[in-house]
Amino acid sequence: MEKDDLKKATKCVVIGGSAGSIKPLLQILSKLKASLDFPVIVILHRKNDPRSSLETLLNNGCALPVKEGEDKETLKNGIVYVAPSDYHLLIENDHSLSLDASEKVLWSRPSIDVTFLSAAEVYKKNLLGILLSGANNDGSVGLERIKNMGGKTVVQSPDNAEMPAMPLSAINIFKPDYVLKDSEIAAVINRFK
Amino acid sequence: MITDEEMEMLLYDILEIYGYDFNDYAKASFKRRLNRLITLDRFPSFAEFRFRLKDDKEYFNRFIEQITVNVTEMFRDPDFYQTLRKEVLPILSTYPFIRIWHAGCSTGEEVFSMAIILKEANLLHKSILYATDINAKVVTQASTGVFNMMHMKQYTENYNLSGGIHDFSQYYTAGNNKVIFDQSFKNHMVFSTHNLVAESSFNEFQLIVCRNVLIYFEKDLQAKVFNLFDESLERLGFLALGNKESIRLSPANAKFKQVGTEKIWRKMI
Repeated sequence: MEKDDLKKATKCVVIGGSAGSIKPLLQILSKLKASLDFPVIVILHRKNDPRSSLETLLNNGCALPVKEGEDKETLKNGIVYVAPSDYHLLIENDHSLSLDASEKVLWSRPSIDVTFLSAAEVYKKNLLGILLSGANNDGSVGLERIKNMGGKTVVQSPDNAEMPAMPLSAINIFKPDYVLKDSEIAAVINRFK
Repeated sequence: MITDEEMEMLLYDILEIYGYDFNDYAKASFKRRLNRLITLDRFPSFAEFRFRLKDDKEYFNRFIEQITVNVTEMFRDPDFYQTLRKEVLPILSTYPFIRIWHAGCSTGEEVFSMAIILKEANLLHKSILYATDINAKVVTQASTGVFNMMHMKQYTENYNLSGGIHDFSQYYTAGNNKVIFDQSFKNHMVFSTHNLVAESSFNEFQLIVCRNVLIYFEKDLQAKVFNLFDESLERLGFLALGNKESIRLSPANAKFKQVGTEKIWRKMI
């Protein structure tokens, strides 16, 4: 085995959120251990604004470096990747990222489902999927696939979400492993093996 | 959902029968396009999809139309067009004749956007825009200069943000849910199919625009296409890429220097 392969991610965490998800996301990122041995990928529905400073906002108070995911970049452990606005983010078998500017899915680009489905194919049981607050039903099909491929799934509790539609739409189609308050989610990531 | 092995078989069939090589396309997005097409055309199984594709040349045309991504806008990323207006066109204006290549032109929205900024810089009369795509259907559509009315509000906003100073509606005639752009623009355009994967350089240009095409290619194919662009650019010519694309990781990078913060590079040697 090449030395580089040892550093390459063998498991992964994906987090999806829409309206009302910035606050829980900041809460989660602020509690992550600095020594995670897997990458974290964040898909947020966001406005297509080149001057957006979402990465800066998320970097503040997170022990791990937060960066925008780049085309062909190989995922590394202990880094938080954010999907760029106006592109879908997919994961290749060699654990590198691919961007895709194709049609919106459920009026969204980036689409949470697109990344979740792609990550489920690559990481199978070594994947933890988390779905946060949101006002539409993106993410539920992808999260269900993660579960069906043997991965772990977490949904923000609808009572705790500013916009419960997205968590509810997931809970309505399958039974996630955990339904948790935003303050409880970081612990699941830190324990993820 | 098709498996990696099924996709490999299909890629082999397509190369063998039709001579199109998709082997170096980024697999995750290509697989997604395949699954999308299988669902869209309601094939009950992968086997039936494969059989139809092998057996029916007409269906292969549809495959090419659907497998490639044709999402585009006029003045997509207005800041990019503003940089073209401010940094690139003033340099191009010093040439007696301007040749521009839109590689992967899709349905032509960006080609007409370019024609408009050239006209506003008083350069269109000495410019020629070559617009190519692997997909013959979109090239034909691009050559009409007819676009859907639905998006005109967005395009007008983009145009204004790009530094446009005129009333955008002066460039088109509206009717029947369609808008028809000033047909005289077409006197400065040449439309043709061209496959970046297999075909070679066909001219020398001062500006090559290839936006949101290279993201669908694997790294080695990207490097190959950058070499093709290098061969097709005059010294001091410009290469313009999509907002999330870069020449940085490819060997051709050594010859290029980025212009400002937009995804525009200049060939230095």
